[in-house]
Amino acid sequence: MGKLSNKERMKIPRQNMPEQEGEVRSHNFNEVNLGFTEELAVMEAERCIQCPKPTCVEGCPVGVKIGEFISLVTERKFVEAAAKIKEDNMLPAICGRVCPQEEQCEAKCVVGKKNEAVGIGRLERFVADYEREKLGLRKPELKTKTGKKVAIVGSGPAGLSCAADLIQMGHNVTVFEALHELGGVLVYGIPQFRLPKEIVKTEIDVLKELGVEFKPNAVIGFTDTLDELLQDGYDAAFIAVGAGLPYFLNIDGENLNGVYSSNEFLTRVNLMKAYKFPEFDTPVFNVKDKNVAVFGGGNTAMDAVRTSRRLGAKNAYIIYRRSEVELPARKEEVHHAKQEGIEFILLSNPTKFIGDKDGWLRGVEVQKMELGEPDASGRRRPIPIKDSEYVIDIDMAVIAIGNGSNPIIQKTTPDLNFNKWGNILINEETMETSKKGVFAGGDIVTGGATVILAMGAGRKAAKAIDNYLNVSVNVNWGDVCRC
Amino acid sequence: MHKIILAKFLASNIKKFEIEAPKIAQKRKAGQFVIIRIKEGGERIPLTIADSDIEKGTVTIIVQGIGKTTMELNSLNTGDSILDVVGPLGKPSHIEKFGTAVSIGGGVGTAIAYPTAVALKQAGNETISIIGGRTKEFVILEDEMKKVCDEVYPTTDDGSYGYHGFVTQKLKDLIDSGKKIDFVLAIGPIPMMKAVADVTRPYGIQTFVSLNPVMVDGTGMCGGCRATVDNKTVFVCVDGPEFDAHKVDFETLARRNRTYVIFEKEAVDHFCNIDKEFQNGLNKNNPAFAG
Repeated sequence: MGKLSNKERMKIPRQNMPEQEGEVRSHNFNEVNLGFTEELAVMEAERCIQCPKPTCVEGCPVGVKIGEFISLVTERKFVEAAAKIKEDNMLPAICGRVCPQEEQCEAKCVVGKKNEAVGIGRLERFVADYEREKLGLRKPELKTKTGKKVAIVGSGPAGLSCAADLIQMGHNVTVFEALHELGGVLVYGIPQFRLPKEIVKTEIDVLKELGVEFKPNAVIGFTDTLDELLQDGYDAAFIAVGAGLPYFLNIDGENLNGVYSSNEFLTRVNLMKAYKFPEFDTPVFNVKDKNVAVFGGGNTAMDAVRTSRRLGAKNAYIIYRRSEVELPARKEEVHHAKQEGIEFILLSNPTKFIGDKDGWLRGVEVQKMELGEPDASGRRRPIPIKDSEYVIDIDMAVIAIGNGSNPIIQKTTPDLNFNKWGNILINEETMETSKKGVFAGGDIVTGGATVILAMGAGRKAAKAIDNYLNVSVNVNWGDVCRC
Repeated sequence: MHKIILAKFLASNIKKFEIEAPKIAQKRKAGQFVIIRIKEGGERIPLTIADSDIEKGTVTIIVQGIGKTTMELNSLNTGDSILDVVGPLGKPSHIEKFGTAVSIGGGVGTAIAYPTAVALKQAGNETISIIGGRTKEFVILEDEMKKVCDEVYPTTDDGSYGYHGFVTQKLKDLIDSGKKIDFVLAIGPIPMMKAVADVTRPYGIQTFVSLNPVMVDGTGMCGGCRATVDNKTVFVCVDGPEFDAHKVDFETLARRNRTYVIFEKEAVDHFCNIDKEFQNGLNKNNPAFAG
């Protein structure tokens, strides 16, 4: 394609990413989106007008040089484009799939003001996949070893991105993971059909090749305490354990058989592969031809309801107390859920679960809501409508209303400061906690957020830890001189 | 991988394993558990640590083969390996000098009561244990208990050994004989633990039980192990596993433990020939069956 004027570029429509048909994919766990072809990618990249002041970059929590990588795509330099992204984001194949681009980079896209925004996420995904499939992942250069050791607690997005940066800075890095698989929420939480586990595994394999040591089955606090790690010769630690304590609704009947937290339901299906039972040993409630309700309106709720659909649910409902515009899930996820036949029961709030005499879930009573004035979150507050309760027949329920902080680190690390919700308090500039040499980031600091924010925190922490270690190197040098 | 240093049957379907896990051996306290996964694709199951040997770097678990994973585990022998062993998890038993402390074990529950009996003795308590089984074969760890208890009472349901009757009857006899009992720990099948709670309640004897719900991660992340204690929801893996027996809702615990009964049958079918006794024990009212 020759050189286009901005006017011509603005005329190119946003390119659709091929995907599995709704009816087909609601019966399998294969990835929904199939990704751009080279032609579609180049066409989409041509839509970028290469703004002199690229506002899209401001929208990216890790500051990926978006215009530069897109320009490389127009030149069909796909591998170089991937390398350009990796200057700022080590996990583009993951972020290209799960970032809420429509609220970040794409929300700030200048083209998007008049037209539809450039599909930055789709392009990121395309180049990352292209590099992986065509070349295999390439190892970046490592700096000379510093001899310093850093312990990272948690192998989710914050821990992995911190490990990636620290190993490149020349430090020795050990990542501790409580579960038997690495990847945290990327493997136990986000389903295969949205983020294939093979992609996460490949990204982790690169880190292994770079020399990052991974210790699964290590529950820090129990297997070793944080203090023991520091006494064991780690010069610094980064706590990135995520938000791993499921909230429940605290209504009657919540302990009936068939009521799950989203964490449990998704962990059984994704991590333990219950959808392949009995080939895999872990079971999950048999929803075949039954009714499932998922409570909540975020991405996790969409993941859970779409998973139940794939397991054979006859009716799969999202029950949410506000209206569609307030749904916190990505628009794409809501759209995909609808295509897969998910029914949205909005402005409805559960008041109690109803069981049979043997204690199995049979229904949920919900109360209708209306929207009032905006609340602290800026969204219109749902107000119950009196005497509007009615019962929906369901056999399985999944509670997906968010996660609090897992208390294990808090209970076993007395000199670490937390807020009243159990989030670790940090200096936001330096990512330092109240404990010397201990840094923290991701959901354990912010409460439940997104993969990219956690990755951003991991990278910021890596810089801060590098600074801290370099300063402490100097201090040691001084000690040596005095001898 | 964790090598099995010793595997030995204590009864026809109860097997003792000493497994290499040096760090856990060093750190574990009475009442804590491990989560194990035998192999790739396996389930994660919680098992209470019965004992440990710091020098050998092993933890001891005692397993009754009742589901697919426990049956598969019991088919392993000395020299075999287990893929994952995570721990020590859960809160240690609450140990103090109560005075006279009775540890009650029903069947394989004796293996879980044993480490706490050891800790109760070390804390200076007068220790008594009542260890029950359906028949003589299922009365386990009697010699071990004798080493740490001032009095040990084996009981059998069929009278084939020791006291003829349930552990609760023996406990009631002890109380009625005027023995001052300050603390009771009961571990075994849910109906047994509930019955012990009912015996001690009128006397106001502090009583603890160790709960055995279905777990996945064992770190508080999934909430699958939630139980009702004192009308509040608890996560057994991090808030327990031991709780005040007089406050536990045993019906809810028993009911939630039936969630996967139908799958257990399928898993066992998949694994081996069906154990007839196991099949007969299935809950025929399970609606998942109809699905």
